[in-house]
Formats: sequence, structure tokens, C-alpha cells
Amino acid sequence: MKYKKITTQISEILISRFDKFFSNKINLTSTLILAVAFLIFIPMVGSRFTQEIMTNMFFYIVVCLGLNIIVGFAGLLHLGYAAFIAVGAYATGILSAVYGINFWITLPFSVFAAIIAGLAIGSPTLRLRGDYLAIVTLGFGEIVRITLRNIDITGGAIGLIGIERPVIFGIVLNQISHFYYMFFILAILAIFVSYRLHDSRIGRAWQYIREDEDAASAMGINVVTARLYAFIIGSSFGALAGSFYAAKMTAISPESFMFLHSVMFLLAVVLGGMGKIPGVVLGAVIVTLFPELSRDVGQYRMIIFAVVLLLLMLYRPQGIWPEKRLSSTKE
Amino acid sequence: MTFWEVFLQQLFNGLLIGAFYGLVAIGYSMVYGIIKLLNFAHGDIYMTGAFTGLIMLGFISAGIANPWLAIVISLVLSMVLVGLFGVAIQRVAYRPMLKAPRLSILITALAVSMIIYNAVLLLTQGQARPFRTGLTGESFYLGALRLTETRVVLLVAALVLMFLLHMFITRTMYGKAMRAIALDRDTCQLMGINVYKIIAVTFFVGSSLAAAAGMFAGVYYGTVHFFMGFLIGLKAFTAAVIGGIGIIPGAMLGGLLLGLLESFATQIPGVGTVWKDVFSFVFLILFLIFKPTGILGRIESERM
Repeated sequence: MKYKKITTQISEILISRFDKFFSNKINLTSTLILAVAFLIFIPMVGSRFTQEIMTNMFFYIVVCLGLNIIVGFAGLLHLGYAAFIAVGAYATGILSAVYGINFWITLPFSVFAAIIAGLAIGSPTLRLRGDYLAIVTLGFGEIVRITLRNIDITGGAIGLIGIERPVIFGIVLNQISHFYYMFFILAILAIFVSYRLHDSRIGRAWQYIREDEDAASAMGINVVTARLYAFIIGSSFGALAGSFYAAKMTAISPESFMFLHSVMFLLAVVLGGMGKIPGVVLGAVIVTLFPELSRDVGQYRMIIFAVVLLLLMLYRPQGIWPEKRLSSTKE
Repeated sequence: MTFWEVFLQQLFNGLLIGAFYGLVAIGYSMVYGIIKLLNFAHGDIYMTGAFTGLIMLGFISAGIANPWLAIVISLVLSMVLVGLFGVAIQRVAYRPMLKAPRLSILITALAVSMIIYNAVLLLTQGQARPFRTGLTGESFYLGALRLTETRVVLLVAALVLMFLLHMFITRTMYGKAMRAIALDRDTCQLMGINVYKIIAVTFFVGSSLAAAAGMFAGVYYGTVHFFMGFLIGLKAFTAAVIGGIGIIPGAMLGGLLLGLLESFATQIPGVGTVWKDVFSFVFLILFLIFKPTGILGRIESERM
């Protein structure tokens, strides 16, 4: 217990220093400019391998920010997020590889598919207790996997191949550095959209519901609709990320969108601090870079992640870099 | 086979699978009723039960020649051990979280589930293990219905366990206390009920029933593997929702009903065994839309 107190104090001091440092506008902008400049220069000096890992990291940032809308902002547990990424990836994949449609035109269809799936799963469950969503999304992940493996148009267990490369301003995106920049831009966009959502009317409604559902409802917020919006917007984020993922890989299979991936995304969000945007970005960075730095962990990786998740919940449920809440006294 | 033969055969299969679902769903529903937690680890406890049963059987069948006696002894041992395991999980992971936000305790349950799953995966190297019982598995005919001794005994045993549980819930002080805590935990505490002890007893009973179901499944299928708990966790939730979550007879009924539905669904052209799981998931969604309180559920005001 004493040990716990000391570590909590140390981390609190560090976090408050951090927050204080970044609350200064000049510090914040200069750090951001440095970081962006650094990331822009990486493809010019870094190896293919470095670029591949960094691209994957940006992908994780986009995905985790999408999941954060559902888990962090609205306080709903989503255990099948990989399935929504699969929905987007396969929407793009089928339209592109089977029907030969331009990549950019498939994007609205990808979002549309995610909205349909989100409504089918979200509208029956969100009317009920919030925690029903957790297990229904878990089931949905399994159903998507079974479906993808057993119907013809998705290519079964082998998956889809021959997804066309996107073309932008006459350039065919086919180098790793192209995708590096593409996912980098996507990550920045995702961060920007997340901030705008966080401060928007609906974003504040989500946080209110998360903190006190009854009070929010009494203030005239339609809890079910607001949650459904969170679920669908978050799912669309995932589907878009999935479309770009399909374009980068040019081949997708059901094994890329398993329950295990959903858990990794969730871990990243929880680790960094649910609801706090820089925290989620940090979580995504840690979850993607940790396995690369320690390759020999190998088969023990998942059990280590699970233990980390359990310990986090028991000792630091708010994550590494938590959001400052107006009321922290409530249980 | 004629229509009636297929019908009877599927009826029996459905009842048997449904009884397994029911046994797992009971633990799910009991825990949900008492602390409002969706225990994701419950399917993994079922899987642990199957493996514990297998290990026990290995020890015991070395000394006892009669296969049925060996199975019964190892069943009881595995139920007790896994029951204690469930209590330990509850003590370490869930009890500190009882007052925490709901999201935290759900994530805790997920983490526990993943720890058990991955630990067994590492211990068995991902290999399925044969579940050797020493039973001959000879079949006989009851009218048009082809049965084996094993299947009949399993079905009867599962139903007996359900009956015993029902007696436990309705006739003992522990059962009464459980039902009272499900209604209002704070008041129970004021009435002098040791709430933590009753929660521990709930986990013990729920986990040991799941362990029994796991061992039955091992005897039935003749093989056990580390991922056997994942789908049945979902099925148990579906069964609990069908019967009315938190209601114990509902869980039994829901389990049997889901087993029958699945068993008959495999006979529908185009569904087959591949789409069986999709079918039961669709069924869950339909139930959530049209009858979220379940068959035996009453409409009550929800308190979050």
C-alpha cells in the first residue's frame, strides 16, 4: 500500500509538470513543430523497416482515436473494434478488387457500411444497459470473422488480393514512404477531429453521460441517441482506417482483424488514459513500439498485455496520462 | 433417415448441448444478478474445468479401474478446485473493483479472461488434448433414436446438477441471501448479511457448475482445447438473456432452448454447422430488440 502511494505521488508530480509545461502556448507549439518536423524527415533517413513500423504506429493512432470516441468519450466498452475495421477494409477491398472502382470513391461506401453495421449492433443494445454492448460487440467480432471466411465474395480464408493502389495528383501511391506520409496526415487529421469532437456540443454531452447518466438525462440529453452517435462515429473512424489499411496492404484476410487486435486497441486506449487525446496517442505508440523493441518476448506478449491491463485497472484505472476531470470526488 | 428420426435425434442432441449451455449460463447469470458484472472469464473457467477434470482423471484412473467411478470422483475434485479458483479470481480481481466505475470492472474481467486463456495456451502449446475416459461408448436404440450410454448419463447428470442448484437457491440460507443481495446490496449489509462471503459463495457455485459443464463437454467430445471457452461464453450470455438475465431458472431454460434452436438450425438448408453460431447471434440480437427482459424476466426499473 505504501509503495502504491509513493509511485502514485511520483507519477502525479511528473504528470502535473507535463501538463504545466504543455499548458504554456509557446512550449506547446514549439514542441509540436519539432515533433512534426522530426516525423517528416524520418522517411528521408530511416530504413524501410523503420518506416514500416512508424506507418503501423500512425495506423494505430488513427484506430485508437476512433475507439477512444466510444470508450473514452462515451464510456462504452467496445470489444469488436477490429471487426469494424474489417468492414471498412472489405468494403474497399471488394469494390476495388472485384469491381475495379477507384479507391477514393470506395471511401463513402466504407463509411456507409460501418454506419449500417453500427446501427444493427448499436440500436438494439444501447437502449438497454451500456454493458450489454461489450458482449454484443464481442460476438459481432466473431460473426464477422465467420462470415468473411465462409462467403465467396470476400475470398474466404485466403482473403482478397489485388486491391488497387490509390492515385493522388497523378502519383500512384506504391512506396512505403508514400504510405508513411499518408498515414501521418491521417493521424494528424484524426487528432484534429478528435479535439473538435471533444469540445463540441455532442462531445460534452458524451462526457456528461459518462460521468453521470441520470443527471445528463435530467438535463435533457437524449442518452440513447448520444451514445448511438458515439458508437457510429467511432465505428466510421475505424472503417476509414480499414480502407486505407486495405489500400496499403493490397491484400487482406480475416486473420488481420481478430479479437486479439480489438484487445490491443483497447489496451492502447486504456493504457494512455481513456478520453485524453495525447494519452491515447501515447498509448498507441507504446503498444506498437513495445513488441518491436523486445522481439524475444514473442509468445508471452499477449499474457504480458493482459497482466498490464489487469494491474492498470487495479492500481491506475485512469491510465498513464489521465484527463483532468472537473469532479474527481465521485466514486 | 425419416423426418421423425432426424427430429428425435436433433431433439436429444439439442437437449444435451443445451444442458451444457445452461450449466455455464447459470454461473453467468448468478454473478450478473449479484454484482451486475458480465464475467467474461466465465467461459475460460469452463475451459479450466475441462482441463482440471482431465488432469484429475489421469491421476484417479490409474488407481480405480471402474471408468464411471473415476469420472465421478474427478468431477467432484475438479468442481471443488475450480470453484476455489473462481473464488480466488473474485478476491484478487473483482472485489477491489466493486465500487469502481462499471467500465473498469468490465475491463478487469476481460483482462482476467485473457490471462487464463493465454496461460492455458502456453501450457498446452496450443495443442488439443484427447480426453480419454475408458468408456466403451456402445450405442443402443430407443425406438428410432440411437443413443449411447455416455450421452444419457451426461444429460441426466446435467439435469441433476441443475435440480440441486435450484434446491440450493430456494431452500438454503445462502440461496436466500443471494437472492436478497441481488435485490438490494446495501440493505442486506445493514441486515447483517456478510455480503462479501455470499459473493464468494456465488462465485464458488457458478465456477464449479461451469467446471462440471467443461468436464461433461470433454467426455462428450473426447477432446479439450484452450479456445473451447470463448464461444461458449457468448452462448451462455445469449442463454442468460433468452431466459432473463439474473434469473436462475431462466438461465437453465434459456440454455436448453438455445441448444435446441441450434440443433434444429443445423438441419435448415444453408445454415448447417458453419452458420450455426451466426444463427444464435442473430437470435440474441432479435431477443435484445423484442424481448430484452427475457422469457422469465419482469420489467423493473433499472438502477445504474
